[in-house]
Amino acid sequence: MGFNDVYDYVDGKLDWLAAGLPTEGTNTLVPRAGDVARSDAPTCRMDETIDDVQERVKAGGWDACVVVNDEHVVMGLLRSKELEEKGRPVEHVMRPGPSTFRPHVSILEMATFMREHDLKNSPVTTSDGRLVGLLYREDAEREAHESHSHDDHAAGDAP
Amino acid sequence: MPHEVHDRDEVQALIDRGAQVVEVLGAEEFEADHLPGAINLPLRKIETEARDRLDPARPVLVYCSDSG
Repeated sequence: MGFNDVYDYVDGKLDWLAAGLPTEGTNTLVPRAGDVARSDAPTCRMDETIDDVQERVKAGGWDACVVVNDEHVVMGLLRSKELEEKGRPVEHVMRPGPSTFRPHVSILEMATFMREHDLKNSPVTTSDGRLVGLLYREDAEREAHESHSHDDHAAGDAP
Repeated sequence: MPHEVHDRDEVQALIDRGAQVVEVLGAEEFEADHLPGAINLPLRKIETEARDRLDPARPVLVYCSDSG
């Protein structure tokens, strides 16, 4: 066909989306997990103690902390119960390998899943496992409800 | 045969170099989400429309949904 400089991005659009990279299109108008996750959630390392982490987490008004390595890859999660285990290293107390979600998943899907599985919060990560933020169910449900209400209102306005 | 690209940084470098980004999926999928600046040229239309819509002097980066 006369094209000599052609490249094939083999892993495609899903790879790009899962990495949390920007896209264009109608889906960008709908909130997604990466948009709603709290990017300022506290993090800690496995070699810290719960005492150090608990003080930092509670001072910030949080009830959870994401355990990450030097590359910001999620290694575990500390929720309220784990944050009470004073005197112990994070590595021994954390919930290892928590369920994580990709940034491009719709917030409606997230809210439904978190409600069905009774998840209070879950880390959102890129396909490389790097932390994007911590998604709270209350935030997911609120955004899903507002998004749904907006759609209903728009439909009602149509002639 | 196209050169295979697996590294997202390499994809970004091609885009920065001015590559024409082409999504070969259908219109509905393209409208929902596509890479920034991409055009939609479904696979079944590539042979008939590529020469009209693309500049052969510039690199072309094509992509699908995934490698499956």
